[in-house]
Amino acid sequence: MGARMVPFAGWDMPVQYTGIVDEHKAVRHSVGVFDISHMGQFIVSGPGAEAFLNRVLTNNITKLQPGQGQYTLLLNGLGGVIDDLIAYRTSEREFYLVVNASRIDADWAHLETQLNKDDEVMMANASDFTAGLAIQGPKAREVAAAVFGNAASFPEHNTILVSMTSEGPMWLCGTGYTGEEGFEFFMPMETAEAWFRKIVDAVKAAGGMPCGLGARDTLRLEMGYPLNGNDLSEQRTPLQAGLGFFVDLDKGDFTGREALVKQKAAGLPDKLAAFRMTGAAPPPRPHYPVAFAGEIIGEVCSGTQSPSLGIGIGMAYVPLSAAAIGSTLEIEIRGRRFPAEVVKKPFYRKPSL
Amino acid sequence: MSNVPENLRYRDSHEWIDPTQSPSPVGITDHAQAELTDVVFVDPPKVGTQVSAGQQVCVIESVKAASDIYAPVAGEIVAINEALTGDPGLLNREPYTGGWIFKIQPSNSAELDALMDAAAYGKHIA
Repeated sequence: MGARMVPFAGWDMPVQYTGIVDEHKAVRHSVGVFDISHMGQFIVSGPGAEAFLNRVLTNNITKLQPGQGQYTLLLNGLGGVIDDLIAYRTSEREFYLVVNASRIDADWAHLETQLNKDDEVMMANASDFTAGLAIQGPKAREVAAAVFGNAASFPEHNTILVSMTSEGPMWLCGTGYTGEEGFEFFMPMETAEAWFRKIVDAVKAAGGMPCGLGARDTLRLEMGYPLNGNDLSEQRTPLQAGLGFFVDLDKGDFTGREALVKQKAAGLPDKLAAFRMTGAAPPPRPHYPVAFAGEIIGEVCSGTQSPSLGIGIGMAYVPLSAAAIGSTLEIEIRGRRFPAEVVKKPFYRKPSL
Repeated sequence: MSNVPENLRYRDSHEWIDPTQSPSPVGITDHAQAELTDVVFVDPPKVGTQVSAGQQVCVIESVKAASDIYAPVAGEIVAINEALTGDPGLLNREPYTGGWIFKIQPSNSAELDALMDAAAYGKHIA
């Protein structure tokens, strides 16, 4: 494949095949395929699965019909984010959770501590033997039709299609991490290579290309999607991260709820702000200091040069006084400060037709 | 295959210098630009700075990472390529011509001879 590999959460992952900007643009304008085999998959089933998950996740899982999914968060008792994930209801009594690679062990350990003996829940960790491919971009439907046939169903946004084949189960999820239409396809590890070749061929035929983690990062950041480890941590709540929409404080008790209610009443100490560089500047990168009114107030969590916009963009936790849209920040890069402006997410919006 | 012009001298950290010109332009090699991909910003050195051989003199930024650029020889920085401010992609498109980064007046020409020639650099990146 000619890919440049980097170690990531215990996997050797391609950071880029062609170049981050070319791959990024392929996804925005055509289609790209990402190897996402590093991601984790848990299957939670049983008569008590729904109640259990509603007790440990922030979003209201009872709203899901079979075949539907939602973005949700797993919190510790203090309201800090252990992980952000997608939860799908695959049947009345079964759920499929897709979690971050770096958090598989932490998530699993936490879920086990939350499980009571009388819960009537079974959990299976399928991460080690499940591979995954994300097909993303305006031509994702074309690729799906080429690979699965014109008659095959396409997983619409936030839905899941599970099929049993002679080679084992396949999960098609209408999700992505790029802001484009697309799907994530999980399958047994031993079938992955054949699928990957087939899908890469279809992607190339549609005018796209295989993409690495580098483009995945620039694509998600242009949408303002958080990356766990950069923008989310066990030290901050989803309210601080601007993810209150995915937290249902009215659904009943769940782990971390009390801390969130208290924090909401007291006021947030800081907030994840999106910023863009306002002049010629080096790209902002994680851990660069952030200043407001002359004082260093934090550091960049995620930052990059936006390939779509041609400017530096990033996110940082800043006090509420600095977080208003239009507020001026400075990013310190190699000892020099460059101006930036707090903006609304997403950074990138698809041009309207 | 990367382009490695015969008339240039090379540092192991992938800078080139043209010893046939005085002052001598310095840039990054075709191999280096292909590794970095997509240069988006060049933080140039200051004209008039005296540098020693191997000293970090400026930074170029690709989408992926920030990379230090080292002086191949000692001397004075006498010019910078202003065109890179508006079009850093020159480093990718024309690494040996329009994409030069700065010009240096070498203070010790013997240091030029100590750098790799095209054959040695070609082996270095093989």
